[in-house]
Amino acid sequence: MGLRDTLFGRTKQVAPKLDGLFALPSAALTLESELDLVPSGNAGLCFKAGSGETTITTDDEIIALLNFDDKTGTVKVTTDDLGFKWLVVTDPELDGLVTRIHGANTTMVEHGLGPRLLCAVFGFVPKTPPGDGAVRMVYLLKQGTFYPFAPTGPNQRDNELELRVRSFVGDDLPMEKDLARWMALWNLPVS
Amino acid sequence: MADSKIESDHGLNVRMFMTGLALVILYVIIFTVLLNVGVQLVFVIVICGGLLFSQYYFSDKIAMFSMHAKEVTPAQEPKLHQIVDRLCLLANMEKPRVGVAEMDIPNAFATGRSPNHAVICATRGLMNRLNDEELEAVLAHELSHVAHRDVAIMTIASGVGMLAGLVSRIALWSTLLSGGGRSRSGNQIVLLEMLTFVVSIVIYVIAFLLTMALSRYRELAADRSGAILIGKPSVLASALVHVTGDMGRIPRTDLRKSEGMNAFFFAPALAGNTAASLFSTHPSLEKRLDALKKLEVELNG
Repeated sequence: MGLRDTLFGRTKQVAPKLDGLFALPSAALTLESELDLVPSGNAGLCFKAGSGETTITTDDEIIALLNFDDKTGTVKVTTDDLGFKWLVVTDPELDGLVTRIHGANTTMVEHGLGPRLLCAVFGFVPKTPPGDGAVRMVYLLKQGTFYPFAPTGPNQRDNELELRVRSFVGDDLPMEKDLARWMALWNLPVS
Repeated sequence: MADSKIESDHGLNVRMFMTGLALVILYVIIFTVLLNVGVQLVFVIVICGGLLFSQYYFSDKIAMFSMHAKEVTPAQEPKLHQIVDRLCLLANMEKPRVGVAEMDIPNAFATGRSPNHAVICATRGLMNRLNDEELEAVLAHELSHVAHRDVAIMTIASGVGMLAGLVSRIALWSTLLSGGGRSRSGNQIVLLEMLTFVVSIVIYVIAFLLTMALSRYRELAADRSGAILIGKPSVLASALVHVTGDMGRIPRTDLRKSEGMNAFFFAPALAGNTAASLFSTHPSLEKRLDALKKLEVELNG
């Protein structure tokens, strides 16, 4: 924040960084070869719905807004226990998921909803279950960085697995360096 | 971006600028007076500076201590931490430390010398009275105080008042010491110091009023930024109504304990409408609701 913003008590709204997403498909190859993890076919976009017209209120409107190329996958909207909306997308191809989430992001930014975007989540599951457990790759839209989230119970996460994921895909992906930002997303609607 | 113009409220900026300008002019007046007094200059600056700096530097510890607030871990207060986590990621700011004060007065404050040393604190009463969305709105307001560096701004502003107060006291002291003044030059000095005394009393009052005014504008600015962050001015408005409505009903004696903390509180802990709005650190509820209503229209327009 600049001096003028400080003096006048303003906060600049933060624009999301969208392009980091496209690094994910190549990292997925590493995840498969090193950790035996494959895309689950689910992805989600988490955002804070505002009030009023420009910040859309109803789920139908969001789906209509994001109603792009709908051949293989499905789109639905849910609200989590903290009042954030989730756009959940299914598509067997990771490339398709990334394209859809990117499309959703772009659409929301075009409608002036960029500052409302929190994160995008991509599910990864063991190729040969049970394996080491499922991992979600979370992309923080404001920071433009990824981190792994491996929940094992209602309030537990496998930190060891998460750090292992970081050590393998750290070269492919811009990883979030500040571990305090590896936010827990309990009960997330993306498997 | 289409919504970039909602970020600044021109009228609010102008008023804040004028208040700040007035404070700067006061600084100039005070230093001119100080230079006339001469001898006490170093003394005054050292004392004032030391007090102010420690008040600023240890603001987080002082505030936490006087509110009996304790820092909490994510395991102790998962929901509070989750809400702060998400707000900080949305606003792309450092996550402050999170604290809880075990008291029934519904309130929240944020303090700390810089965004890296900030602490955000809610009282148990606040968490009990508000729903999650309203709690989030209040925390967004407090995080805006952190982002706006309001502790630094208000310390600088209130520094003027302290400086004026000290000058007037020293002036009074030296007037008494020099007594009747035997020589002509002595008389002049006494007159000069009498003048200093009167001037600095006036300055103290004006500085105090200006600091209060600035504080009210900072509150409105934090309301605005907080409401924009969560995208729902109406939710912050409803939280305000809840908190303030409840507070009016709590007896005065219970509230006095925390009066010293008023400047950093979400809603001032003063019961009733006895304090004139001119002396208030927070804008009236109507003014805050009005501003939020306008913002709601702006966001949707």
